[in-house]
Amino acid sequence: IHFILLFSRQGKLRLQKWYTTLPDKEKKKIIREIVQIILSRNQKTSSFVDWKDLKLVYKRYASLYFCCAIEDHDNELLTLEVVHRYVELLDRYFGNVCELDIIFNFEKAYFILDEFIIGGEVQETSKKIAVKAIEDSDMLQETVEEYMNKPAF
Amino acid sequence: MPAPIRLRELIRTIRTARTQAEEREMIQKECAAIRSSFREEDNTYRCRNVAKLLYMHMLGYPAHFGQLECLKLIASQKFTDKRIGYLGAMLLLDERQDVHLLMTNCIKNDLNHSTQYVQGLALCTLGCMGSSEMCRDLAGEVEKLLKTSNSYLRKKAALCAVHVIRKVPELMEMFLPATKNLLNEKNHGVLHTSVVLLTEMCERSPDMLAHFRKVRLVPQLVRILKNLIMSGYSPEHDVSGISDPFLQVRILRLLRILGRNDDDSSEAMNDILAQVATNTETSKNVGNAILYETVLTIMDIKSESGLRVLAINILGRFLLNNDKNIRYVALTSLLKTVQTDHNAVQRHRSTIVDCLKDLDVSIKRRAMELSFALVNGNNVRGMMKELLYFLDSCEPEFKADCASGIFLAAEKYAPSKRWHIDTIMRVLTTAGSYVRDDAVPNLIQLITNSVEMHAYTVQRLYKAILGDYSQQPLVQVASWCIGEYGDLLVSGQCEEEEPIQVTEDEVLDILESVLISNMSASVTRGYALTAIMKLSTRFTCTVNRIKKVVSIYGSSIDVELQQRAVEYNALFKKYDHMRPALLERMPVMEKVTTNGPAEIVQTNGETETAVLETKPPPSGLQPANQANDLLDLLGGSDITPVIPTAPPNKPASGGELLDLLGDLNLTGSPVSPPAPQIAQPPFLLDGLTSQPLFNDIAAGIPSITAYNKNGLKIDFTFERSNTNPSVTVITIQASNSTELEMTDFVFQAAVPKTFQLQLLSPSSSVIPAFNSGTITQVIKVLNPQKQQLRMRIKLTYNHKGSAMQDLAEVNNFPPQSWQ
Repeated sequence: IHFILLFSRQGKLRLQKWYTTLPDKEKKKIIREIVQIILSRNQKTSSFVDWKDLKLVYKRYASLYFCCAIEDHDNELLTLEVVHRYVELLDRYFGNVCELDIIFNFEKAYFILDEFIIGGEVQETSKKIAVKAIEDSDMLQETVEEYMNKPAF
Repeated sequence: MPAPIRLRELIRTIRTARTQAEEREMIQKECAAIRSSFREEDNTYRCRNVAKLLYMHMLGYPAHFGQLECLKLIASQKFTDKRIGYLGAMLLLDERQDVHLLMTNCIKNDLNHSTQYVQGLALCTLGCMGSSEMCRDLAGEVEKLLKTSNSYLRKKAALCAVHVIRKVPELMEMFLPATKNLLNEKNHGVLHTSVVLLTEMCERSPDMLAHFRKVRLVPQLVRILKNLIMSGYSPEHDVSGISDPFLQVRILRLLRILGRNDDDSSEAMNDILAQVATNTETSKNVGNAILYETVLTIMDIKSESGLRVLAINILGRFLLNNDKNIRYVALTSLLKTVQTDHNAVQRHRSTIVDCLKDLDVSIKRRAMELSFALVNGNNVRGMMKELLYFLDSCEPEFKADCASGIFLAAEKYAPSKRWHIDTIMRVLTTAGSYVRDDAVPNLIQLITNSVEMHAYTVQRLYKAILGDYSQQPLVQVASWCIGEYGDLLVSGQCEEEEPIQVTEDEVLDILESVLISNMSASVTRGYALTAIMKLSTRFTCTVNRIKKVVSIYGSSIDVELQQRAVEYNALFKKYDHMRPALLERMPVMEKVTTNGPAEIVQTNGETETAVLETKPPPSGLQPANQANDLLDLLGGSDITPVIPTAPPNKPASGGELLDLLGDLNLTGSPVSPPAPQIAQPPFLLDGLTSQPLFNDIAAGIPSITAYNKNGLKIDFTFERSNTNPSVTVITIQASNSTELEMTDFVFQAAVPKTFQLQLLSPSSSVIPAFNSGTITQVIKVLNPQKQQLRMRIKLTYNHKGSAMQDLAEVNNFPPQSWQ
């Protein structure tokens, strides 16, 4: 996976994870381009778009679009499953996750993603283990904060 | 200084902004606050501030001043700080930033931290965006962690290793020992990441690949896969009834790489592949994802034919699936396999053709490409019908490709000439404006060669443009035909269909309308004018009308038209005796084999040998012009006129026939007169691929000065072909010793009839003064009869504000250049 983008129906970015190095300007341009392409596709079309030398796999969950860019030899159908798994993880962690959760807790969304995918590849296929790792890390966080007697953020 | 506001507060506040300007204002205010807080080196709230900065970064605002702060957070002891610090690093500190390397030490320390979650953070960051230097420095640590028994860390280390290898491939060796017992793990996370690591290694290095085949990796993988399939329900890894599909797919992919081109490995996996292919549930996307990967693997390894048929049938079933994604994936795979397993794919032809009517653009494109791959002599009529219908209704972005594809297929498999011409007509009338530029000369050549169909063709073309002459390629072909075969048209000789009654005047009417119309491109007008001219020898009663039309255009604004009209006028006046000969019917053109624009076309299931795409030269439209010129000035009918190619500002013209890479696609070029070229006999192109075509100049043929007058000097240097002794390549260099430059320089040459000549594009049309630069141009001479080489050259250029022109004969060719 080269990058993952989450954006709303209005095209507002909610999360961006890049597994390749690109200049900031380039990233912004790419995001604009891809958001436009995907938002203009209707229901009847498939979830895959050929874009430059990559394949875009996208799926809409409620008001959020999840988009992954994969290489030519990657399995598109499996990528759909990867996206779905990520949504499931978010759901398990937040409990009935909605877009607002991701907006207000974007850093947690990143943490969860980082427990699921590293360097563009899946690292953990068990939902239980992935979510437990986040929860344990959170515990670590709270403990420290309690000790310091200061609010988190 | 009051405590900085919390992250959530900030988010809430920013979201209340009603306009972009309001938002920007809030952000700027907050940024200022954060900046001053950073300056104060506030440890307690740094984490909060950076988190806010990251939020603003996501909204698109600059956040680079937070980079150093991220570093400080990473170095902190608090876990909360580290978490946000590493997140910030991944977002802001990619390898292009100067401070990126400063992270290295912190990461190194954290890789050895006592808390596994801190180690995890470090591994994750390194594995997502570590630079090559960083990877080099820390590879050792990663390798150590790869051998740990802690599965949480082991899986992350494996993916980190993958990233290191991607960045610094030379380090691959160092991870080899650690891979020994990676697959003995029970933990799926470790298994999955290990398979990814092994895949990466095998893909990158044939040595690694050989090694893993030797240590019997395949049986190990087969066993794991089997366990996954056979084992009962495991809630932890289950997805819709399938156990860990992610791992299954990755194993299948690794098997594919191991089995490729290797009989033993392929043998060992046949059974498991068959098992997966037949037992996997196909009701949900998960199952299909696995089947898809299985099919890809089967097709890529040396599987037995039964298995391959099974795979193609799975794809066939996919094609019938309601889910668009599945259909898409099926078409993509079929496209990859159609060359090798052609007959099996043919069986699904009707389903594929149905996909042409799908609503999804990507599906339609794949279905179209696949359909073209499947056309053969048996199904061509049916397929063409479908494809023509598709051409009618498809999106404009497809029309050009579809039209080209239809032309290609029609050329190869046309059951009859009439069918072929009908098909071409249909394409021209439906998608006339999308047809590629090179289709016009191809079609003209085709029509010329179908001698018995001339009357029919010209009649149909005439009828086609009567109603509508806006589609340029159609009009061009039609004009050309009418010019050539107008006599057949008026004499009503058509056999194939009911001949129409057309008078000469009516024909001229339509050609004149084309000339006048605003819709006609310059090129088209050129065709029309030449056609009218040709009719002067074919028509009997309307010659005066033709003369009038031609003379009107003698003062046309369009320079091309003007030139033609003037020359045709000259033809009427001074050279009337030559007119019939010059405007004679075109002879049947030879098909020339060249490297065509398409890849080598396969036989699509039949047993003929593959035919190279042919690109016959366009008919000599312009020879009529320049022929006049040269004949006029050079006198003597033993010289075959040669047409110089257009100067370099028309990059697509000139020299394509000898463009070894065969890029003959002219779609991008602006509408320009078709590059006129002489038909080259095939042997000039022999030995294209392997051998160098021509000797080095060191072969020792002395160069000559061909011309030296008025400060203009032209030298000839020679090369002979390795493979074909009849070919001589002459490179001319034109230099200018005067104090003013020479512009619009055109070099023309003519050789005796037994020779053939081709001029390639000159390097430019300006010769700078004081010998400070030269124009080079390449001439290729074919001399099959080994006669003494003679050449007449004509030079035109502008110098000191006046147009200069000169003729010369070159007789001092060294014997080595033609013997």
